[in-house]
Amino acid sequence: MSDELDDLKAALRALPTADPAARVRAMALAMENFDRLQGSTDPARSSDDRHPQAAPLNGVRRMFTYLTSRPALAATTSVAVLVIGVAVLLPVADLRIAPPAPQPEPTATAAPKALPAAPADSLARNEAPPADAAASSLAEAAPEAQALAAAPAPEAEIALSDEAGASEAAADTGYLAAEPSASAVAQDRAAPLPQGTEAYANAPANPVRITTEDPVSTFSIDVDTASFAVIRSSLGLGQLPAPEQVRVEEMVNYFPYAYPAPTPSEGFRPAISVMPTPWNPGTRLVTIGLQGALPAIADRPALNLVFLIDTSGSMEEPMKLGLLKQSLTMMLAELRPEDRIAIVTYAGSAGEVLPPTPASDRDAILAALDTLAAGGSTAGAEGLELAYRVAEGMARDGAVSRILLATDGDFNVGVSDPEGLEAYVAKKRDGGTYLSVLGFGRGNLDDAVMQSLAQNGNGTAAYIDTLAEARKVLVDQLTGALFPIADDVKIQVEWNPATVAEYRLIGYETRALRREDFNNDAVDAGEIGAGTQVTAIYEVTAPGSDALLNDPMRYGTAAAPVGTDELGHLKLRWKAPGTATSTLIETPITGTEPATEDTRFSAAIAGFGQLLQGSVYLNVWGWDEAIALALSARGADEFGYRIEAINLMRLAQSLDN
Amino acid sequence: MARVSPNVMLMDTPDETLASAAAQGDRTAFAVLIGRHYDRVFGLAFRLTGNRAEAEDLAQDICAALPAKLRHWRGEARFTTWLYRVVVNATHDLRRRQATRTRAAAGWGDWELARQDEIATQAATMDWLTEAMTRLTPELRDTVALVLGEEMTQVEAGQVLGLSEGTIAWRMSEVKKRLRALAREDAK
Repeated sequence: MSDELDDLKAALRALPTADPAARVRAMALAMENFDRLQGSTDPARSSDDRHPQAAPLNGVRRMFTYLTSRPALAATTSVAVLVIGVAVLLPVADLRIAPPAPQPEPTATAAPKALPAAPADSLARNEAPPADAAASSLAEAAPEAQALAAAPAPEAEIALSDEAGASEAAADTGYLAAEPSASAVAQDRAAPLPQGTEAYANAPANPVRITTEDPVSTFSIDVDTASFAVIRSSLGLGQLPAPEQVRVEEMVNYFPYAYPAPTPSEGFRPAISVMPTPWNPGTRLVTIGLQGALPAIADRPALNLVFLIDTSGSMEEPMKLGLLKQSLTMMLAELRPEDRIAIVTYAGSAGEVLPPTPASDRDAILAALDTLAAGGSTAGAEGLELAYRVAEGMARDGAVSRILLATDGDFNVGVSDPEGLEAYVAKKRDGGTYLSVLGFGRGNLDDAVMQSLAQNGNGTAAYIDTLAEARKVLVDQLTGALFPIADDVKIQVEWNPATVAEYRLIGYETRALRREDFNNDAVDAGEIGAGTQVTAIYEVTAPGSDALLNDPMRYGTAAAPVGTDELGHLKLRWKAPGTATSTLIETPITGTEPATEDTRFSAAIAGFGQLLQGSVYLNVWGWDEAIALALSARGADEFGYRIEAINLMRLAQSLDN
Repeated sequence: MARVSPNVMLMDTPDETLASAAAQGDRTAFAVLIGRHYDRVFGLAFRLTGNRAEAEDLAQDICAALPAKLRHWRGEARFTTWLYRVVVNATHDLRRRQATRTRAAAGWGDWELARQDEIATQAATMDWLTEAMTRLTPELRDTVALVLGEEMTQVEAGQVLGLSEGTIAWRMSEVKKRLRALAREDAK
C-alpha cells in the first residue's frame, strides 16, 4: 500500500472515539424502541439472577429510570419525520470533516443541518453511481417508517403537521413543488447521480448516423459559452473537467469568427466551409457558420435592465459578489442615458435595492451596488417574481426588457421543480421579458438550471470567472448579449446519400430537435444576438471511404439517387424578434466551399472538446495535433482568446497523463 | 433458534447468534449486541460524515431503528457486514435529506447562515485529513472509510456497498491518484 494511503489510514483511524454520554443515550433509545416493538417490556429481574458479566447492563437499565421518555420520543419522532421526509434525491458532496464539535445536544437529526461548501474538485470525473445501495436503502426505509410512525406520540403529530405546513407554504409560491412524491423518488433513483452540488446539462455525444436511414439532421442553435469558462476554471484548478462539463458547441462558440457580414436586409447569413477532418483522413468536416447582423449601434433600442442578484451567504467571496460588482460597474459605462436599470436581490437585503433609474444617474446606481452585501434569507422565488414585476413596470415602447440573473448557481428559487420554473420563465418570455444568466464562482454551480433558465428565457448563460471574462461578456459583446436580432433559429441539414454515407454532428447534444419541429413555429429554439456568430460542425464520410463505421447492408438499401454532387442542403429558420412567423433561408452545401483560418481554428477547438470528452472518434489524434492546428490557425487574435485556448490545451495535456 | 438465556449470554457469543436471538425478542441479546457495536457504528458514521455531531446523531438514529431493522435480519451475511450496510445507507439517506433541504425554499436562509458559520469555523482548523477527504467524491469517501478506516478487505467493502471487488479496487486506485496529486500540490 502506498504512503499516501497509509497517511490517510492513520488519520482516519485516529479519529476520536465515541462520547460515552452519547453512547448511553443511543443505547437507551435502542432498548426503548426494542421494548416497544416487542409489545411489552421484559419483567424486571431480581439482581441475583443476573450474570456478573451482564453488569454493565445495570447502567443501561438505570438510564431508563432516569431518562424521561421525552428525548426518546422526540428522537423517535425525528426518525419518523425523517423517513417521511426522504424526498427528491439530489445527491450532494456534503461531507464535512470537522474538528470534534462541542458536546452535541441529543437533537433530532431532522433539524436543519449545515452543509459545507462542496469541494471544488468533487467535479472530478464521474463514476458509476451505486444505484443498488440507494435503491436498497429506500426500500428499507418504508417498513421502518411504518413501524416507527405507528408508535403513538403527540410530538410526532405536531412535527408531521409542521412538515405539511411547510410544504403548503412552499406550494403557495406557484411553481414550487417541495412535496416529496413517489414518482419523483422513482425518477431520480433511475437518473445517474451527479457528483458534488454542481449539476451539468448534458447528453451522450451524438452518434454517427447513416444517411440512407436518417438523412435529415435538425437542431437549435446555441449561443451559450458557459461550458468553455467552466473548463477553463477547472483546468486552472489543476483538474481535468469531467466529460459531462464539456459541451463542444459552447466551446466553439466562445470564440469570435470573422464570417462574412449579412446584407442590411438579412437577419444573418450562413457561411459554409468544407475541409479534411484533422483527426480522420477518410472524412471531411462541414462547418456551418452564422453571422448575425450588427445593426448600427446608434440605432439600438433603449434597454430596461433588471439585475437580479443572488446575495445569499455563499456569494460572499471576492470571486463572486466582488467580481459581480466590478463587472456591473464596468458594464455601466457601456449604457446610455435613456437606458434604465433596476436592481433586485434575493436572499438577504430584501427586494428592490434600486428602483428603475436612468443609466445616466451613475452615482445612484453605484451607491446601490455598493450596498449589496451577502447573507440573509429571502426566498429566490420571490426575487424572480419581483424582478419580472419590476421589468414589466419598466416596459415602454421600443425598449428591450431583460433580466440579468447573477448567481453562484445555488439559484435556490425553491427549485425542487426545475420544470415548473422553466415553464414560468417561458411564460414570462412570451410576455416580452428576456432572461440571461451570469454564473459566478465554483462549488455549487448549477449549470443545468442555468442552462434551462437561459434557454427558456431566450437568453444566454455565461460563466464569469475573471474580470477579463466579465469584460468580454458585458462590455465587448454587450450588444450581442442584450439585443437579439433573430429568435428561434433552427438549422436543418438534409444530407445527400450519393455523396455522404455517414454523418455526425459534433456537439449540440442538448439542442437536438425533431425533424418535424423545424417547420413548427411554436417550437422554441435559440437566439442570435446582434453581431454574434454561431458555428456548427459536421463530420461527414463519403460512400466507399475506408473511414465508414457501418458495414453495407447485405440486402441493400434504397439506391442513392444520383444527379447531383452536392453534399447536402442547408435550411435555416428564424424569426425577427417579437414576430410569430419564421423566415426560411436555404442554401446547398456543394463541398467546394474553402476552409478559412476561422474554420480550422473551430475544428481545433472541436477536437479539444472531444479530447476532454474522451471521444472515440479521434483515433490517434491527440493534444500535440490539436495544439499545432490551433496555433497554425491563430490569426490576428486581437483579444488573445485563441492563445488562451491553446495554453489551456497545453495545460490539459500535462494533466491528462 | 432457542431463546438464549441471560445466564449463558457470554461476551464471546457470536454476533450472528445474538442478532437472531434479538430478532426473536431477546432483550438481553439485543442489549449485548448494541453494547458491542455502538462504537463501531459511531466510528464508521464519523468516518463517513467527518462530523462528530452528525455521527452521534446518525448512530443514535441507527440504534433507534435497529430493533425494527433486525426483523429483516436473515443471518445471510456476517452481522458486521449487515450493520455496516445499515450505517452506509443511513448516511446516504442523510446526505440526500441534506440535499433536499438545500433545495427547499423554506428555511434555506438559516441553513445558509449556519453554513457560513460552519465554513468559518472549519477554515480555522483545516488539516490534511480534511483536505484529503474533501478531494474525494462521496463514493470514494465511502470506500476509503470502509477499507482504510474500518480495515475491511476489498471483498468485504464490496459486500457492504453492494459493489464488485473490482469496483472497490478501481476506486482505491482512484483515491491513490488523487492523493498523489494532492501531495504534488503540497510539495509546490
